Order: sequence, then C-alpha cells, then structure tokens
Amino acid sequence: MTDAVFTGPATANGVAKLRRPDLSEGRIRRRYAAERRFRLYGILAIGFAVFMLGFLAITVILQGSSAFWQTRIALDVAIDAATVDPAGDRSEDSLRSGDYQAVVRDALRGLFPEVTGRADRRALGDFLSNAAGMVVMERVLADPSIIGTTQRFEVLASTDLDMLAKGKIRRDVPEADRPVKDQQIAWFDRLEAEGRITSTFNTAFFTTGDSREPEQAGLGGAMMGTFLTIVTAILLSLPISVAAAIYLEEFAPKNKITDIIEVNINNLAAVPSIVFGLLGLAVLLGFFGLPRGAPMVGGMVLSLMTLPTIIIATRAALKAVPPSIREAAYGVGASKQQVVLHHVLPLAMPGIMTGAIIGTARAMGESAAVLMIGMVAFIVDVPGSITDSSTVLPVQIYLWADAPERGFVERTSAGIMVMLVFLVLMNAAAVIIRRRFERRW
Amino acid sequence: MDMGTLPAGAAMSPAVASRAIEGAKMTSRKVCVHYGQKQALFDVDLDIPSRQVTALIGPSGCGKSTYLRCLNRMNDVIDGCRVTGDIRLDGENIYDPKLDVVMLRARIGMVFQKPNPFPKSIYDNIAYGPRIHGMAAGKTEMDEIVQLSLERAGLWNEVKDRLAQPGTGLSGGQQQRLCIARAIAVSPEVILMDEPCSALDPIATAKIEELMDELRENYTIIIVTHSMQQAARVSQKTAFFHLGYLVEWGDTEQIFTSPRDERTQGYITGRFG
Repeated sequence: MTDAVFTGPATANGVAKLRRPDLSEGRIRRRYAAERRFRLYGILAIGFAVFMLGFLAITVILQGSSAFWQTRIALDVAIDAATVDPAGDRSEDSLRSGDYQAVVRDALRGLFPEVTGRADRRALGDFLSNAAGMVVMERVLADPSIIGTTQRFEVLASTDLDMLAKGKIRRDVPEADRPVKDQQIAWFDRLEAEGRITSTFNTAFFTTGDSREPEQAGLGGAMMGTFLTIVTAILLSLPISVAAAIYLEEFAPKNKITDIIEVNINNLAAVPSIVFGLLGLAVLLGFFGLPRGAPMVGGMVLSLMTLPTIIIATRAALKAVPPSIREAAYGVGASKQQVVLHHVLPLAMPGIMTGAIIGTARAMGESAAVLMIGMVAFIVDVPGSITDSSTVLPVQIYLWADAPERGFVERTSAGIMVMLVFLVLMNAAAVIIRRRFERRW
Repeated sequence: MDMGTLPAGAAMSPAVASRAIEGAKMTSRKVCVHYGQKQALFDVDLDIPSRQVTALIGPSGCGKSTYLRCLNRMNDVIDGCRVTGDIRLDGENIYDPKLDVVMLRARIGMVFQKPNPFPKSIYDNIAYGPRIHGMAAGKTEMDEIVQLSLERAGLWNEVKDRLAQPGTGLSGGQQQRLCIARAIAVSPEVILMDEPCSALDPIATAKIEELMDELRENYTIIIVTHSMQQAARVSQKTAFFHLGYLVEWGDTEQIFTSPRDERTQGYITGRFG
C-alpha cells in the first residue's frame, strides 16, 4: 500500500516538460500593484470609519457640551417673612409652603423698575425657571434666621435665557421667528452688563430626574434606572449562560437534541430586540403581573438578550483552551468536573468576561426591548429600587430627542455623550480584565 | 479497510501470545480500537513486564499512540472512539464498567509528546495531583511530595529557588521533566510516555533517557518513540506496530538484532517508515 511509486505526469511524446516559475517583470509588477491596492482598500475603509466616528463625536460634543453648564441669574433677594412663612411660626411645614418664587420674581422686577405693563412684567418673569425659588427655600430651611434679610442668590434661569446666554438663539432673525422678544434681549444684555448672568457646572443634570422644563431635566433617573436594569440583567444572565455554556461544551452528549439547542441559541442572538420586549410584555407583565416599567422587568428582558451572546462567547472561550491542558489534568487523575473547574474555566475566564461585558454593553444601549415593557414613561423621580417605575438612558435620549423645546436639543446630545462614556468605560473594562487575566496565566 | 483481506498481521497473533510473560504488569488481549467507522488497532495482544521499559515503535499512524492511550483510558475523552478487547492491570480489567477511571489514571500516569505544564507555579504543577487525591495531610507533607517528585525527576536543583514561578517559564527539557515529576507525584505504578523527547534537543533528550533508566527501578514504563536508537538505548522490551497490527515484540536486543518478521527488519534498517 505504501509502495506506490510516484512517476509524475507523462507528456504526449513521453518526455516530461520542465516547468519553471514565471519571473517576468510584468508579472511581478502586477503582483506588487495588487498588494498595494489591497492595502489601500483597507486604509480607505479605516479612514472612512474614523471619519464617520469623528464626525458623530464632534457633532454630539459641539451640540451637547453646553448642557453641562447651567445659566443662573444673580439676584439680591429680600426674603419677606410674610411670603415665605405664611403661618408665621418658622415651622418646617410653614416654611415649605412659602411662595419663594414670588420673592425671587420681586427681586428681578426690582432691577427693572421701569417695567410696569402686565405683559411686560410677564415677559420679564419668563427669565426665571419655575424652580428658581428652590435655591432660596433650601437656604431658608437650613438657616431660618435669614428671613427678613436681603441675600444674594444665583437662581436658575429659564431655558429661554439659558439658550440666549449660550448663544443658541440667533439674534439676527425676525422677532417673530425666535422665542425671545427684542425687549427681552435688551433686558438680558443689561443683566449681563451688570455681571448678573453666571454659568455654573450643572450638577443637577446628573442627580435629578426628567422634567417638562429643559433647564430642570436631568439624567439622574435614567442613569439610576440603567444601573438597576443592567445589574439585574448581569446577575440573571451571567450565571445562567456560563452554566449553560459549560454544560453544552463540556458535558452534553453530542446528538440531535444538543444540535437543535445549539442552532436555537445561535438564532436567539439574531432575534430583533423588540421581540424580546413583546415577550416580556406578554409573559412578565401580562402573565406574571410584574410591575410595569420596573428595572427588574427590564433586566429580565435584557438578560434574555444577553444570554445567547454570553453563551456563544463562553463556548468559544472554552473551546480555545488547548486540549493539552485537559489531557494533562486527566493524566494525573482529575475528574471531568475537576478538569473543567480547576483548569479549563480559569483559562477561559478572560474570554467569558469579555463576552459578558460586551453583551451587557449592547444591552445597555438597547431601547426597543424596554420600550415594550413600559420603561418609556415620563418619570420625574429617581428610582430607588428595582420595582420602581423608571426609564433607561437610551429611552431618555429618545424622549428628549422627541421633545419640541429648544433646550432639549443640547440635553439630547449630552445624554448621548454620557451614554457613550459609559459604553467606552465598559469596553475599556473588558480590555483591562482580559489583559490582567492573560498576564496571570 | 477490511480485516479479511489483510495479510500476516493476524497470523502473528498466536505466536505473540505464546510468548506471554508470567506475572506481567499489564496484559492486553484482542484489543481493537475504532475511531468512528475507521479501525485503528487490530487484535493487539501484548504483555507489559513489571519494572522495565517497554518501547512501542513503528511508522506514523501505525497505532502505537492509540494503543498507549488505551492503557489509561485516555481514549475515553475522544468522541467516537471505541475500544474492545481486554486490558488488565495486575489482573484487573481496566475497562470494567465498575472501575473508577479517575483512580485508574492515578495508578497509570502519563507524559505527553509536547510538554504541557499547567499555567501555574512549578509547585502547584506538582502539588495538583496529590491535592485532588488527598495524598498530603498538610503543607509540610505536600512540600515533601513536591521535593521528592522533583528530585526523582532530576529537576530539584534547577528549580528549588523558584518554585513559585510559572512552570511555563522553564525550558522545553525542564518542562518535560516537570511533567514527569507531576506524573510521579501521584505515585503511579505505570508511567506512559508518548514520544516524550520529540520536541526536545539532544541534551534534554539524554537527560530524560537517563531519568527513565533510574525510574525503571520503581515504575513500569511504556514509551512510544520514533527514534529506534532511543528504543534501543532505554528499553528492555520492544514492540513493533505496523498499520494497526502488532507485528512483533520481544526483548529489545532480539528485535534489533534478529527480527523474525521481514517488516520489522525493513523498518529498523530504514527501508520504509
């Protein structure tokens, strides 16, 4: 069988023709040209991707960065005892029921004594956010002794004044085409000349919930909602999918049933997320009656989405562990479980963590699935537990993008920036974890 | 490949069986291995004498590694691999369903072709086996086992100052001796070596061969090798495999000086293989 002799192909006349490689210059030139073209395509592709990414990032940053600064008006507010303390007993209940908006409004009117008409006075009042009195109330609650005195406060400006201060309202268009009137612009210029227009870092943007008023709307609620949702999703999907992957890869017999399961898991990864949302709506809300719009339900739906991703990544990571390590462990008498837990799993860990983080990052940017289970509502309160109604970052961005007020444009972009920062942090964590584990092993 | 059409291999078997060794450490009778539909080993009858080195030689794909992996049931972990026949260790059938394969592998250690230390410290590489088998009661006992195993593998002096460093940082020859030490650590009775020197340079090879000679006092060693010189140097018994058949086996000296079968003659003189 092994004695077959290779004789080579015989030509017609019985003499084998000697063939040599074609080393002609034209052929070699064409080969190099093809190689250069091939590289050029790659560079073009990368250049295009970088350009698009840069364009997106620059647009978002240009539009959104101003949202991290909030315009305030510095006013000398006379804290009138009768207005802020209607009961007159300095109790907290009484102080909380005071009309702080009125004292702030009076302070602003005091700067413009010549404004008398009802319409004009209202136009002037439009400079103030309807939450402008909050800062005064907080200070009075902390220290009731300032009642009756005049204090300087930096009160929250309305979105119109905010936009004007940030130069987002063009002054050269006809008066009817812009939200602020000529007279308001004149007042604004006077306030600015007096140095009463200040700009402070917008910490409220990260701590407060949504609002109808752009200057009061914050991402805090959505960030907390996203956090609770993602934590639920990780806690559910990571153990389940790692256990499923280990069983399928290491223990399950290779037969029709496991083949079918494998095909279905791969299909599951490609199912549109809105289908998972519908499933959550029908089963979790409809059948089990779980609370609508709660991070718990959102986390369950998103864990369904991340399950196949993590299972596939884990199986790939397990498969990539060299068989020599398994053999070595079997060779010293380790049982199957010991081989998997002591040797294969630790070596597969970086791959598993990378898959889990990337799957989770994808889930974090997911909106369609959570829309279906009611996480799209207008929610002012920051959620405190996984059963409170809540929304998530991508849905909040979607809601703001839909809002007509001009002030929401910059908030939308700022929201996108916050979410991108989260995604970059998570992906960086994936890289760091992978490096750290790889170095150890 | 059909069994009926095959020549002399099957006819050799009775002759082989007639020279069976009394009190052999391991015996195999009519061992056949199939990978799926393909038969890789045909009716192998072979006795392994205790405390000697038995070399398995033959051209690539002849089934010698497959046979070796039958002896500690390493073929169990390969999908579609089927072993029939009778293999006994001290008279006990190792394919008995009641036998615990994990305990079997603790009795029959294995060293692989490519050095495959665990990606752990040198110490943990050795200590892993004793630990999972509960062989040491405490840290001092474990230290003893580790030191003894490394000493027997001739590696102690080279690594005693860096036991905490990863085993993968050693040279190829050191890694292979580490793997031998790891196998010794669980006190096996038999050590299987699957071409242990094929990835090593001549100096490292010489060290391993020297080591085998020392280990043979306490262990039964079976080595698969492609190098006939190595087989001649280290082994007392040699078995020649060809195309899945055990063609001939006997004392190493006899095999290399006066082989009975012309295929053996052809292989050891380098005419084929």
